[in-house]
Amino acid sequence: MLQPPADGRFAPPPAVAAPDLDPMRTVPFRVAGLHVDNEDTFTLELTPPHGYQFAPFKPGQFNMLYVFGVGEVPISISGDPDRPGVLVHTTREVGAVTRAMRGLRIGDAIGVRGPFGSSWPVEAAEGRDVVLIAGGIGLPPLRPALYHVLARRERYGRVMLLYGARTPEDMMFPDELAKWRAMFDLEVHVTVDRATGNWRGNVGVVTPIVKRAPIDPRRTVAMICGPEIMIRFACQELARRGVSPQDTYVSLERNMKCAVGLCGHCQVGGHLVCRDGPVLSYDQVERLLDVGEV
Amino acid sequence: MAVRRLEAAALDALFGALRRRGYTLVGPTLHDGAIVYDELTGTAELPIGWTEVQDAGHYRLARRDDDARFGYTVGPYAWKRHLHPPALRLWRAERDAEGGFELLDEPHDPPKVAFIGVRPCDVAAIAIQDRVFTGGAHVDPDYQARRERAFIVAVNCTEPGGTCFCASMGTGPEARDGYDLALTEIIAPARNGQRAEPSYLLEVGSERGEQLLAELGGRPARGDEVADGERRLAEAAGRMGRALDTRGLADALRRSLDNSRWDEPAARCLACGNCTLACPTCFCNTVEDTTDLTGAFAERTRRWDSCFTQDLSYIHGGPVRVSLKSRYRQWATHKLGTWQEQFGTSGCVGCGRCITWCPAAIDLTEEVAAIAASAQARASRRQARVAPSPERGTEAGDAAATR
Ligand SMILES: Cc1cc2nc3c(=O)[nH]c(=O)nc-3n(C[C@H](O)[C@H](O)[C@H](O)COP(=O)(O)OP(=O)(O)OC[C@H]3O[C@@H](n4cnc5c(N)ncnc54)[C@H](O)[C@@H]3O)c2cc1C
Ligand code: SF4
Ligand code: SF4
Ligand code: FES
Repeated sequence: MLQPPADGRFAPPPAVAAPDLDPMRTVPFRVAGLHVDNEDTFTLELTPPHGYQFAPFKPGQFNMLYVFGVGEVPISISGDPDRPGVLVHTTREVGAVTRAMRGLRIGDAIGVRGPFGSSWPVEAAEGRDVVLIAGGIGLPPLRPALYHVLARRERYGRVMLLYGARTPEDMMFPDELAKWRAMFDLEVHVTVDRATGNWRGNVGVVTPIVKRAPIDPRRTVAMICGPEIMIRFACQELARRGVSPQDTYVSLERNMKCAVGLCGHCQVGGHLVCRDGPVLSYDQVERLLDVGEV
Repeated sequence: MAVRRLEAAALDALFGALRRRGYTLVGPTLHDGAIVYDELTGTAELPIGWTEVQDAGHYRLARRDDDARFGYTVGPYAWKRHLHPPALRLWRAERDAEGGFELLDEPHDPPKVAFIGVRPCDVAAIAIQDRVFTGGAHVDPDYQARRERAFIVAVNCTEPGGTCFCASMGTGPEARDGYDLALTEIIAPARNGQRAEPSYLLEVGSERGEQLLAELGGRPARGDEVADGERRLAEAAGRMGRALDTRGLADALRRSLDNSRWDEPAARCLACGNCTLACPTCFCNTVEDTTDLTGAFAERTRRWDSCFTQDLSYIHGGPVRVSLKSRYRQWATHKLGTWQEQFGTSGCVGCGRCITWCPAAIDLTEEVAAIAASAQARASRRQARVAPSPERGTEAGDAAATR
């Protein structure tokens, strides 16, 4: 065996699971449902090939979605973890692969590998207040956590969703948002960067909402998903309010080619985001994100 | 297992024994002014009587005055190209009539390859890549298949090169484990103007290795012969061309991400990626998905990648590591710091390839030593500040003081 260098602690190797056949082989699912959420965002419902058993997923996990001959990208699962039979993915069109994905029609095939990565700490958060903070396309990856919590509402203290989008038209899941806002045991605070149409709600970024929200720092577990800059501001604001960085969870986005710890693309310091993340507690990454370009 | 002593002719016997077992032999040979690893048909293709002179950004072949078969260290190639090929098709898929597609079988059926002359640093590098590709929850099946079919003939180093620092990294100059057979080449001085043939001390590291013994000849080594080999290796450890103090290094790097000292290598670095290509442990790869002209077939190809490209960290909106400084820092901190957190081992074995093959002659050992020293200086200044002291340091002052 290797001799450790002078300061080298040989950490135990990561746990060895039964090697799968080939983690890079994709499985052709079918598009069973198709929904246009707004100008550049769409939701696909995918069903597995006959007889294929897709592993249950945890809120916050993602799949690698492959469009035939075009490419493969990581997309979070946005559906209900209690209904694992159908995979729901909500995607914003930003480039080649997501554009091709948007061109898919019902019945078309799409490759799926997954589910991968860590998850929102919904079980550890039982007995505590849950604060979900989402920016823009960051709401879909948080939705499974909200579904999970709402299905077991009695196990949690206060539950809060703070959501910011660019404009009212960019807001994800408006019908569901309306439903959630009407629930007496879920507090929803929404804001837009720029008001349009007959918007009468909050205007401005999500940080001031975090500042004003009725948060009890000792009871709170926060889960945050959105652009990295928004994540950092929200985390700083939570820290100022006394929420511990260990109780603050963020989902990070990095380039991913393999999603199984074998390609090196998703590194953030000592973390492989595909394997150790995408959900990480803020104390694990705070310094790295502050330094930047890590 | 007792050490055995072999004559030079035993190498021919070894080649024969491996070939009879279906192995393709790959080992060092001269090619285009360097010693590279390529297919060997016989021991005559080894770089007999050659050595190299290596320094930062410098590599030159030179003649030896003996007939050593292994009188050099490592060249531009690493063994990884035989375990993790530079380009590999991962799968092919075909469209079916119903708008779907199907993955075609892509058998992972690589040839059996015997690696001849694997240096101790490279034996350690293979153990590190084993952890990366087969030590986690997900295993790379192609790597695994190639690895299982690889036979490793290690050769210990009695003459380290100008950029070697395996002694600092604890990986050489003697291979301790991870080989099937290990040789130490013993070169006797010329007598009456006659060059002496080298002889070899042989150690067995596996059952597969042991099974070849009967075909190799030789005899048990005498105590003085074993002691002679040990002395040569101990002396080699003291003659490394480079050194690196690894105590507290990973921590120092972790604390030094914002150190302005990174500007220096960044100002010289060409982002050519030579260091990561030559590195025996660098494993980064990317995939390309393509279709044929008809659109009926698609395939995925995996290729080596490097953190010196901006594409490696590209996400919608732009790369994460834009500046060259951040990319050089990624390379250095990954090798000597964060690799530990990711895979439970260092990512550097001290082979020196990145130093030799850097066109800008950037020396990793020099750069990280400077960073560590500056982190040390910062820490002691901070302590001095905690104790009552008239001097007030600033972070800017810290940075300036590192120059
Ligand atoms: C864990 C995780 C979960 C994600 N969940 C979602 C989601 O639920 N919905 C959604 O719309 N987007 C999500 N993304 C982002 C999504 O993966 C990118 O938008 C997508 O890769 C862009 O690919 P493209 O080919 O369309 O764009 P291009 O800009 O053409 O991308 C070229 C290549 O760059 C890489 N890339 C580009 N942008 C990103 C990015 N932001 N993150 C990672 N790699 C990128 C990809 O490898 C892609 O193939 C997620 C990313 C990660 C890492
Ligand atoms: S990130 Fe860079 S240094 Fe690390 S393995 Fe990949 S190419 Fe090598
Ligand atoms: S350090 Fe040297 S070898 Fe590495 S990318 Fe920069 S110039 Fe190339
Ligand atoms: S995506 Fe390949 S290592 Fe994380």
